[in-house]
Amino acid sequence: MSTARAHIEVLPRSVQLALALGLLALLLFPLVGSDFYLQMVTRMMIMAIFAMSLDLLQGVTGLVSLGHAAFFGVAGYALAWFTPSDMPVSLWWSLPLAIAAAGLLALLIGCFVVRTRGIYFIMVTMAFAQMLFYLFFDNRLLGGSDGLFIQFRPDASILGWLPFDLEVRTTFYYFTLTLQVAVYVLLRRLLWSPFGRALAGIRINGQRMRALGFGTHGYQLAAFTLAGALAGLAGYLLGAQTGHVTPEMMGFHMSAHALMMLILGGMGNFAGAMIGAFAFEYLLHLFQDLSNKHWQSLMGGFIVLVVLAAPRGLLGLLGLLGQRSAGPQQSQGPGHG
Amino acid sequence: MDFATFLIQLLNSVQYGLVLFMLAAGLTLIFGIMGVVNLAHGSFYMLGAYLAYALTGYFGSLAWAIAVGAVLAMVFGLALEWLLFRHFHCRDHLDQVLLTFGLIYIFEDLRSILWGDAVHGVAIPEPLAASIPLTDILSYPLYRLFICGICLALALGLYLLIAKTRLGMKIRAGASNPDMAQALGVNTRLIHSIVFALGVTLAMVAGMAMAPVSSVYPGMGSSVLIMCFVVVVIGGIGSVRGAFISALLVGLVDTFGKVLLPQIAGMLVYMLMAAVLLYKPEGLFKQ
Repeated sequence: MSTARAHIEVLPRSVQLALALGLLALLLFPLVGSDFYLQMVTRMMIMAIFAMSLDLLQGVTGLVSLGHAAFFGVAGYALAWFTPSDMPVSLWWSLPLAIAAAGLLALLIGCFVVRTRGIYFIMVTMAFAQMLFYLFFDNRLLGGSDGLFIQFRPDASILGWLPFDLEVRTTFYYFTLTLQVAVYVLLRRLLWSPFGRALAGIRINGQRMRALGFGTHGYQLAAFTLAGALAGLAGYLLGAQTGHVTPEMMGFHMSAHALMMLILGGMGNFAGAMIGAFAFEYLLHLFQDLSNKHWQSLMGGFIVLVVLAAPRGLLGLLGLLGQRSAGPQQSQGPGHG
Repeated sequence: MDFATFLIQLLNSVQYGLVLFMLAAGLTLIFGIMGVVNLAHGSFYMLGAYLAYALTGYFGSLAWAIAVGAVLAMVFGLALEWLLFRHFHCRDHLDQVLLTFGLIYIFEDLRSILWGDAVHGVAIPEPLAASIPLTDILSYPLYRLFICGICLALALGLYLLIAKTRLGMKIRAGASNPDMAQALGVNTRLIHSIVFALGVTLAMVAGMAMAPVSSVYPGMGSSVLIMCFVVVVIGGIGSVRGAFISALLVGLVDTFGKVLLPQIAGMLVYMLMAAVLLYKPEGLFKQ
């Protein structure tokens, strides 16, 4: 039933321009930004990766998950386990392994959840994430409610040669930026690959896709696994950045935040996910700054207003603006239902 | 485990299950009839508990607090439906998820403004504060039986309302085919208002009744909400009967899990849900 939403898979010129300017701004930001803001933007980029991974499920495949934080959190915990208490762990094996762990978990949970649809999918993904939350929350062995500390950021040295040092904040910033751009490019390519077209077809009409001979469950499971693995990448980065992982990382609120980032930004093209993540994190910061006591009302009120007034998200507004300035003869491009 | 302990745990699990049913019934009715996903349902439970705390302080008696509170809950539900939810029953599920998540934030803050962030206790009313002896050393608190009584009475009332009355017939008609029902002269707008207010009232009364047992604390809504989801998923969405049976099942598994397998107790109900989904992806009682 989610076909009616605006999926601007083909990005209008205005959005492409905004993305290019955004990338330029991110590249230059460490030259002007203070230490505090450098950390904040790093966090925004990490959340952008997380939101994009959910977009593969939600915007592209039409599967609304409220448990996506499970994979995010598990990869963060994986980094915490891999890192010894007296020295850093090698980036080169811990990152792939953490991503693989998140992906494997997603594959396992995915086997259960892709059998369900619509509102069931929302509830079941949420319940599975909550199950993991309690597993970590209740178990002292896994860190309990206090979580685990990561004393050192991963070490990028190869046989004694250190190409870059993640303990340096600016380096970690550029490392995250590189990964964010890489994930965006990967997902955009995927979107226009036969696999991505099949996923979009499942979103628009799963029954027709089955009639055409596509094993839709297999495609959905693949999307779920890949999305989980990419969420794991984001979780690993957040664990490395903050040096602390808690069960809240895989909690209901974290999943809901990712979902709101997507809806705020606009779904189905990954650019919206990034814009939404930046906007959401910024608003969170702004509201907490404005009124530390009542930021929840401000955020809640803002969310309600967005749903009422701008159901297509920020990107929808931006796209509308671009279309209006380009004139009515500009076509919307292929790929629309 | 000797027989008396077993009996106590059994009563506890039934009591927990019945409270879960009150919540899940509202959740599944609102979804089944209006097609609205309501993540703020747990917040209604929390607000109910806090309302009981405030009203007990005002009236000095829990019975009055629940009676007045139920009326306030009904008004609150009608107002909320009129202000917000009526615009959302034909919208995308995603919009509803977002709207109700925004409401969670607002209610949480409202609670903090009105009653602060401390944990509050609500006294059990005098005649119900006693315990019934089971053996020479073990006894069972009367108040928990009273909760069971309230829940059972409401469950029966709900059943009679839906199965036996004219209004219930219209509700059922609206659930199975809203357009056809409307064409035949059922005022679906009114039905939606009533069902939503009913769901909110059930959730808030459940919160009020539980206030003396669980005490009243911030964030008490979210854990209950997720349990409700589990109940609804196991029972089958839209089925009130399914919600009843699966709520009791979840109550049993959760209560006995905490006694017998404390290490994994938090996960057990979710495992039950996973098992049910493997066997029946649509829940046990999907119509």
